[in-house]
Amino acid sequence: MNDQLYQERIVALAKAKTGAGKLENPTKTVRRDNPLCGDRVIVDVKLDGEGRIAEIAHQVRGCLLCQASASALSAVAVGRDATGIAELRHDAERALGREPGETHEPFSAFAPVAAHKSRQDCVLLPLEALKDALA
Amino acid sequence: MSFDVAAVRGQFPILSEIIDGLPVHYLDNGASAQTPLAVIDAVRHYETTGRANVLRGVHRLAERATESYENARAQVATFLGVPTMEIVFTGGCTAAINLVAYSYGSLLKPGDRILLSEIEHHSNIVPWQLLRSRAGIELDMLPVTTDGRIDLEALPRLLTPRTKLVSLAHVSNVTGALLDVRAVVEAAKSVGARVMLDGAQRAPHGPLDLPSLGVDFYAFAGHKAYGPNGIGVLWGRPELLDAMPPFMGGGSMIGRVTLAETTWAPSPRRFEAGTPAIGPAIGLGAACAWMQALDWTGAHDHEMALVQRLMDGLQKIDGTQIFGPASLQNRYPVVSFMLDGVHPHDVAQTLDSFGVAVRAGHHCAQPLMDRFDLDGTTRVSMAPYNDNSDIDALLAGVAHAAKTLR
Ligand SMILES: Cc1ncc(COP(=O)(O)O)c(C=O)c1O
Repeated sequence: MNDQLYQERIVALAKAKTGAGKLENPTKTVRRDNPLCGDRVIVDVKLDGEGRIAEIAHQVRGCLLCQASASALSAVAVGRDATGIAELRHDAERALGREPGETHEPFSAFAPVAAHKSRQDCVLLPLEALKDALA
Repeated sequence: MSFDVAAVRGQFPILSEIIDGLPVHYLDNGASAQTPLAVIDAVRHYETTGRANVLRGVHRLAERATESYENARAQVATFLGVPTMEIVFTGGCTAAINLVAYSYGSLLKPGDRILLSEIEHHSNIVPWQLLRSRAGIELDMLPVTTDGRIDLEALPRLLTPRTKLVSLAHVSNVTGALLDVRAVVEAAKSVGARVMLDGAQRAPHGPLDLPSLGVDFYAFAGHKAYGPNGIGVLWGRPELLDAMPPFMGGGSMIGRVTLAETTWAPSPRRFEAGTPAIGPAIGLGAACAWMQALDWTGAHDHEMALVQRLMDGLQKIDGTQIFGPASLQNRYPVVSFMLDGVHPHDVAQTLDSFGVAVRAGHHCAQPLMDRFDLDGTTRVSMAPYNDNSDIDALLAGVAHAAKTLR
C-alpha cells in the first residue's frame, strides 16, 4: 500500500462534522456543485450588521476531502467577513501548493492533497460556496 | 482445458509494469481497456512501413495504407458478422451515435419519438436532446428496475406509432446488465421503429452476430475494445445508411463536387469525410482480430468467476451494497457498488494506493444516479486479462477504506 492522502488530520476533520446541518432563517443559502465529480455543498450563513459571519452550517454531499474542508471552514469562519474568508482561501491554496507561503491550522491539514491535483477542487468547493454566500 | 489467463496477460505489456512501487491491478476497463502487442505491432507496422494517406494516392505507400485501412474494415466486419462495406469508421462511440442522431435524425419529423432509457450513458442521451431542440422530436425514457436493468415491461406503454427509433445500451456501463435485445427488437418492429444499440460495453467481450440480433444500427468504441483511441465504429443497415444525408462534408465522401451542387458517395465513404484516423483504424482491426482469436467461452466463464469472487468478497465487508443484477445470468463483468459512509471517490482513491484502478462517480449516467438517489458508485470493470490477484487487491483496499474512512 502507498497511502499518503487520507492522513489522520484530514479524516479527523471530516469525522468532526463541525458545522454540519442547516440554520434556521439563514441570511443567505448558497449551493455549489462540482459537475466533474458530482460533489455538492450547501452553505447557510447568518450575518451580523457588518457583513461578518455570525453562524454557519453546511450540508455536504461529497467526498471525505470536501467534508473535511467544510468542517475546517466552519471551525474558523465565525467572525470573519468576505476579506477574512478570502484569507482562508489563500491558506487553503498554500496548503495545496498552488500559492507560495506558509499555511496555518486548520487548512494546513490538506497539505497531502498537494500531490493529488484531481482532488484539489474537492477541498476548495466549500470555500467557493461561502465566497458566493458573502458576495 | 481451462482458460489460460497468464498467457493472455503476457500479451499486455502494461500489466507487468511496476508504477511507484505498485503492481498494475487494472479494473477500469469500462473506461478504457489496455491494448495487446498485436495492436501495438499493427499500428507500428503501418507507421513504419506503410504510412500515407488513403484513397487518394497512386504511389505504393498510399496503396499499402489504403489496403491496410480497408483490411481493418474487413476485420471489424468479421467481428460483427456483417459485410465489410457496412462498417463506417467514426471518431468513437460518441461520434457514431451523434452521426445517427444527426443524419438519421434529419429524416425525422416534428412529433416523431425516440425511445431511450434511464440507464443510458450521456452519449446516448445528449445527442438526442440536441436533435430534439433542432427537429422538434420527442424523447421517451424506459425506466430501470431496482436491480439495474432496463425495465422492458414498460415497452408496450412507451412504444407508439410515432416512435421511429429505440436506442439502448447493449450492456450497461454502470450495472453490467445485458439487454434482452430480442424482446426489444420484437416490440420495436411491431410499431415500425428501428433499433440502435450502444455496444460500447459489449464489444470488449467477444465477437457479435449482428444479423441474428436483428438490430438496425450498432456503435462501439475502439479504446474500450483493446484498440487505439480516436476510432469507433458504426454499423448500419445499408438501406438506412444510403438513405441518410452526410454528417460532415469534405474530401472522400463525395460523388462529384461542383460549385453548384455535390452528390454523395455511397456509404460508408459518405460518412467518412476527410482523412480518417488510419493508424487507429488499423489498430482496431487488429484488436478485432485479436478478440476473434480468443476462446470466449473460456474467457466469459473466467470473467464471471471474477465477478462471483468480487461479489462474495464484497459481501464480507460490512456496509457494501451492489447496484446491479445479483445473478451472473445476462450480465457482463461490470460491477458497481457502494460502501456505506464512504464516498465512492474516497474508495477509488484508497484503491489507487493499493495499485488498483477503478472508476468512481456518476459514470456519465447522471439521470440513473438521480433516479436511485446515489452520490455515485465505485465501478469495477473487468477484462479477460484480469485475475484473482486483481480482485483480492481490490477487496483488501475496500476493507482498508471501510476501516479507516468511516
Ligand atoms: C455505454 C457507453 N456508451 C458510450 C460511451 C462513450 O464512448 P466514447 O467516449 O469512447 O465515445 C461509453 C464510454 O464511456 C459507454 O460506456
